[in-house]
Amino acid sequence: MAANLPTHAQVQGGIGTTEPGISHDEHLHHDEHHDQNFLQKYVFSTDHKVIAKQFLITGILWAIIGGTLSSLFRLQLGWPEATLEWLQPFLGKWIEGGKLNPEFYLALVTMHGTIMVFFVLTAGLSGTFSNFLIPLQIGARDMASGFMNMLSYWFFFLSSVVMFTSLFIETGPAAAGWTIYPPLSALPQAISGSGMGQTLWLVSMALFIVSQLLGGVNYITTVINLRTQGMSMSKLPLTIWAFFLTAVLGLLSFPVLFSAALLLIFDRSFGTSFFLSDIYIAGKALSNTGGSPILFQHLFWFLGHPEVYIVIMPAMGMVSEILATNARKPIFGYRAMIGSLLGISLLSFIVWAHHMFVTGMNPFLGSVFMFLTLIIAVPSAVKTFNWLATLWRGNIRLTTAMLFSIGFVSLFIAGGLTGIVLGNAALDIQMHNTYFVVAHFHLVMGSSAFFGLWAGVYHWFPKMFGRMMDEKLGYIHFWLTFIGVYLVFLPMHYVGIAGFPRRYYAWTGFDTFSQFADLNKFISVAAIVAFIGQFIFIFNFFYSIFRGRRATENPWNSTTLEWTTPVVLGHGNWPGEIPAVHRWPYDYSKPGAAEDFIPQNVPYSQTQSSNLPYEKEME
Amino acid sequence: MSTISTTQVISDSALDKPRTGTWDGGNEPFNASYGKLMMWFFLLSDAFTFAAFLTTYGLIRHRYAAYDPAVNGAFHFSTKWWPIPDKVFNAFPGLHGSDVPLGFVALMTMILIFSSVTMVLAVEAGHRMDKKDVQKWLLWTILFGATFLSSQAWEWSHFIHGTEEGTVMNDGTVFHGANLAMNQYGPVLFADLFFFITGFHGTHVFSGVCLLVYCFIATTNGTFEKRGHYEMVEKIGLYWHFVDLVWVFVFTFFYLV
Repeated sequence: MAANLPTHAQVQGGIGTTEPGISHDEHLHHDEHHDQNFLQKYVFSTDHKVIAKQFLITGILWAIIGGTLSSLFRLQLGWPEATLEWLQPFLGKWIEGGKLNPEFYLALVTMHGTIMVFFVLTAGLSGTFSNFLIPLQIGARDMASGFMNMLSYWFFFLSSVVMFTSLFIETGPAAAGWTIYPPLSALPQAISGSGMGQTLWLVSMALFIVSQLLGGVNYITTVINLRTQGMSMSKLPLTIWAFFLTAVLGLLSFPVLFSAALLLIFDRSFGTSFFLSDIYIAGKALSNTGGSPILFQHLFWFLGHPEVYIVIMPAMGMVSEILATNARKPIFGYRAMIGSLLGISLLSFIVWAHHMFVTGMNPFLGSVFMFLTLIIAVPSAVKTFNWLATLWRGNIRLTTAMLFSIGFVSLFIAGGLTGIVLGNAALDIQMHNTYFVVAHFHLVMGSSAFFGLWAGVYHWFPKMFGRMMDEKLGYIHFWLTFIGVYLVFLPMHYVGIAGFPRRYYAWTGFDTFSQFADLNKFISVAAIVAFIGQFIFIFNFFYSIFRGRRATENPWNSTTLEWTTPVVLGHGNWPGEIPAVHRWPYDYSKPGAAEDFIPQNVPYSQTQSSNLPYEKEME
Repeated sequence: MSTISTTQVISDSALDKPRTGTWDGGNEPFNASYGKLMMWFFLLSDAFTFAAFLTTYGLIRHRYAAYDPAVNGAFHFSTKWWPIPDKVFNAFPGLHGSDVPLGFVALMTMILIFSSVTMVLAVEAGHRMDKKDVQKWLLWTILFGATFLSSQAWEWSHFIHGTEEGTVMNDGTVFHGANLAMNQYGPVLFADLFFFITGFHGTHVFSGVCLLVYCFIATTNGTFEKRGHYEMVEKIGLYWHFVDLVWVFVFTFFYLV
């Protein structure tokens, strides 16, 4: 087959004539003679695969921290009367007289949100898989700029260090919620977390945004410029479409968070009044006048809403891929899947104010945002029905990755339905400050995206490390997590509808809420058990890197290009030529074909028996 | 790109050949290198940052009443209404005491627009591989850029020091000029936004000048000549034009309307 491809010299000669001559395949044969030391190979690497692993492992570390924080505040919520004296050696002065410091409770919630949304599900998820899969699936040697890709990781690392440091400072980490609404976040007098902790939060996020920008322009440019011969946009795997649009969302929304953060920094440190007006604190009037805290919310949610799609879209892409592979069927409605991704991306920019129905906005404006918000149900439903139709009468293989993908679809439906409820302004105003909202977004975006992450790790682990993860441990991990997630969040919907308020440190003082003590205890037990269950995954992951069963080149009989690479990949991905692409990525169980999958790089001339009428016409 | 159609593919039928259209992979569909594409995408992103600031400006400005001659009488500065930019930015270096509404900032704008022209000429000289001309036009661009920055410094300094009369503030004291917490020209947010937005733009111009100086040095050392192309000058040029374009918007929203 290689004989049919243009030779290296021919490709170089053809493209080299255009200025400034960036050949698609300038890295050919580089992998053989790389003489790198440890530092170049594993630390300051420009290889997209190493950078992906760096993002993944940093993400896992952050997830452990984020999960630990949630266990701490679940302890408080489940057993408000119990003494937490035993945590004193770990938390120090944040335990006062056996009780969790209320301000520290807010800091825990804030940091849990920040860490999970940004550091785990943005950097850890799309940082890992965009880096790993884009060059491999489009047929490229590496990202467009390996150096900028490396910088992207190291800015993320720096941002991580700053955020991690903020957990240990005397006044505590940021405590104004992951949405850092001013004036709470702007005034150190208001809460101790708004001092140094908030400053470090803002610095860390500024670095994080730089990292996102460096990564994002790279992903977009790579997908546009570095696709291999024959890889048209309509032959891209859905993973790539998802990563591509995710990067576009990040590119256009993170700069607005940057603006908001910069303005907030000025309010905090240089005495401006952009978000501050008419504030009395401890009986004293502040001189700030004229600013608008609602303005901050608009700027924040202009990022904040696309951000939830930045989190979920990579998971959607990977799930589409894994479902098709393991159902041994073409994805149902390939073009509709792309169309719905485009639709979601576009809509994600014009619905942000549905997070702000309770700010006292004009009801007319509210109804406009409500209308736009409810339209998102359409592309979301298209995706969901296509996933279900892909499964229908498939020859399903229940690999661990497949279980997590099916779990993703389940969670996305369960959480998505309550999204329709909350999208209605009149209902949202009732529910907004209850656990109903918490339950909704933890199912639809938190847990779903995590399931996508796990599905991706189990599925592409063989390509990342050349070994397989253990299936039995994978099953245990899946069922524990799947059941655990529902046991945590279903009761949370119920207490939410009953009016149980979110953000409360202690609710025992209210008769109305005290009756939910048992359910809260139940949620806490489920959450902590599910969290501890994750260590099965972490063990499986690290154990399998070194001791897992050796993988073959294409263990899942998949069609996409990454499975045409050798088990041990060098920097450059393919030892010889980059394969050319002839067909779409979902030729599974094609009638008349010898096997139940035909890889993208197999020309139609080799599959005469299965070619469809229009494919025959090309002769 | 006709790369593949000209290559000899050993094949019995068209079924062996991958497709070769513009978007079919194996080439650069926009006919732009990855570096240039990245610059475009960065600028798109940066445009959103500026858009957020200008939106902030618009929103805050409309929280205040406009000056109304029927109610407020002859124009004077007050923290109660948004000032008229003509009355704030009416000084000109060397013409002390005379009223030149927006005269100086118009001059600054002209200088910046001229720098875009010289930038275009530098890029064009790069296409011709004319090292001398690239140097010449880069130097002019740097000069205009630096002049713009110096002018901005003068304008800031004048804005900070204020007029001789000053304005009576709410607490009865007379205040001259403006800072981030006090403002003689109007609501304090007018000064906050002035410093913030023109400062953020000025930072961009300053970065641009630094990048141009780098380009000038690299051109002089023959780095680009050895590389065989002046694409770096072109990329920095894109950035420079973007910064100019942003100024046009800042000028329009902050000074004109």
